[in-house]
Amino acid sequence: MIKINNLHANIEGKEILKGLNLEVKAGEIHAIMGPNGAGKSTLASVLAGREEYEVTEGSVDFDGADLLEMDTEDRAREGLFLAFQYPVEIPGVSNVNFLRTAINETREHKKEDPISAKDFMAMVREKSALVELDPKLASRSVNEGFSGGEKKRNEIFQMAMLNPKLAILDETDSGLDIDALRIVANGVNTLKSDKNATIVITHYQRLLDYIIPDFVHVLYDGKIVKTGTKELALELEEKGYDWIKAELAN
Amino acid sequence: MSMIAENKKEFISRLSKTSISIPEELKSLAEATLENTDLPTTRNEHWKYTRVAKLSKIDFKNSTGNVQNIEDFIIDPTKATFVFVNGHYSTELSSTEIPEGVTVELLSDSGMTSSIIKNEGEVFNALNTTHLIDGASITIANKAQVETPIQVIHILDGNEQLSNFKTVINAGAFSKANIVEGFFASEGSEKSFANVTAEIKVGANAFLTIDKVQFENEASFHISTEQVEQDKDSTFTINTITLNGGLVRNNLNVDVIGENCTTHLNGAYILKGKQHVDNHSIMDHKVPNCESHELYKGVMDENSTAVFNGKVYVRKDAQKINAFQSNRNVLLSDNAAVNSKPELEIYADDVKCSHGSTTGQLDDDAIFYLRARGLSRRAATQLLVSAFITEVIDHIENENVRAFTFDLLKKRYGWDVTPEDFH
Repeated sequence: MIKINNLHANIEGKEILKGLNLEVKAGEIHAIMGPNGAGKSTLASVLAGREEYEVTEGSVDFDGADLLEMDTEDRAREGLFLAFQYPVEIPGVSNVNFLRTAINETREHKKEDPISAKDFMAMVREKSALVELDPKLASRSVNEGFSGGEKKRNEIFQMAMLNPKLAILDETDSGLDIDALRIVANGVNTLKSDKNATIVITHYQRLLDYIIPDFVHVLYDGKIVKTGTKELALELEEKGYDWIKAELAN
Repeated sequence: MSMIAENKKEFISRLSKTSISIPEELKSLAEATLENTDLPTTRNEHWKYTRVAKLSKIDFKNSTGNVQNIEDFIIDPTKATFVFVNGHYSTELSSTEIPEGVTVELLSDSGMTSSIIKNEGEVFNALNTTHLIDGASITIANKAQVETPIQVIHILDGNEQLSNFKTVINAGAFSKANIVEGFFASEGSEKSFANVTAEIKVGANAFLTIDKVQFENEASFHISTEQVEQDKDSTFTINTITLNGGLVRNNLNVDVIGENCTTHLNGAYILKGKQHVDNHSIMDHKVPNCESHELYKGVMDENSTAVFNGKVYVRKDAQKINAFQSNRNVLLSDNAAVNSKPELEIYADDVKCSHGSTTGQLDDDAIFYLRARGLSRRAATQLLVSAFITEVIDHIENENVRAFTFDLLKKRYGWDVTPEDFH
């Protein structure tokens, strides 16, 4: 699905990613953990195509295409989805209106017909129920006046509407209470299939009790330094990151 | 006498004086003003950002034009539609099923008996008086509740035409009406100039709404002065939508002379090319217990320029006034500009007034967010700009005017927005 090879990236001249390697196959869930400043959100931003970041070396193959050559919108249309750590509030633009535009631009990109109003509204009802998002919120201005939990649920709602091949959840769990976390995790688990994949970026092991990863990676100083299974996350929760730093130092 | 003043005489030398019956005193005051007043320069505070000198270099004429089809200029399908070409009334293009309670007369028939327009020192108003071609006088009878909008369409047709045109609106006590005004130019019309005045009296407890759509062309000039007088307990709303015009100057002056009035001044201007649009408003609270709400929003692209100068007066003893004014602008290009000057002058001490002005670019984070969901940069920009401007367009109650505005946005800017998307 996605193969990241020796990825280096800068922001304002400062190197954040320093040779990152990662391969995610269809049907898999990967968790990326790591201390603050390790480059977790940079990885998400670079994959989504944020222009402030400059890729200086390496490659990203996304389903056979060169991801780094694509514009942000084309990455999205090809099935890459980023659930934002800080979803943006957009006054005056309704959630459903922009999602309909997004779906139709993606369909046009794939040379498909636009979605009918009836099918679209049915999909809004179904997918908002999945993340227990009040349908009224679905038609309000994007994230405007939403609580933290509502914003994160809205991200998963959008993910459900867009049905991506690869979803990257950037700290989607932070700031959520346990009920909201369950709802979000349930949404992600329901959407999971053997044709799509998920990268979960998180600070906390807690999320991984609800979204069970196939692999857990430790990102430290711009590189993946350790890979294991979900037990690794428990170990990190218990012991912190210092032992990994110590291991690396030896 | 300066060069400009001499040029000024030159630029109207081919035009004939008005044949409309106007009180002698008014006529001679206007003539004296025209004789003695230079065209304003940017040294004049009220014209600081708007240059009109190029008007003096055009050898204007006036003809009845040759407009065959007004399909594109019909804002509201109302059967009470009065069409003027270069200021001349067109019987063929108009439809005159006037609703009950409304009287519409041509100024060329009725003449003028008085005027609330200031002529002294105002050269364009004076020119409008001395060289008035024609106009519509619309009277809403006391207590008339007029469901059908009354529509006045003015078209500039041909090259170097100068139209001095006027509307007079009298809304009787307890009446309710909607007047739709459209200002257009024929395709290919070059360097033509609509010099317009409007006198609007809103009677006691009357509700009057004016929807004004300006869609002339990038080679046209438009200068208008609307003088509004609001009697007690009345509600006056004017929505000014400016989407096309080379040089546009709107002077909107509202005098509130009776207590317990409400005033809404809404404006939207969306500009590109080398357009220059200048909205000057004066909201004058002369008496207590009134409120006014002013919202002007603009989007400037390419090399366009906008000017907003909004003045709110609260006169001495005009207590308990709530006056709010807001001007917000978005610049889409590095070469676009806006000069925004909100002003408050308050001489009473028990009032609630606020004003604000913002100018900025679209939020990059919002654009990225929308692109990350698959919207092109263009679609993301359009969505954000539409949402920004829709706040003003939403104030228009007449659905046909709203729909027409969205049609024009599609035609001129390629914005495919349907009003329902925002509700």
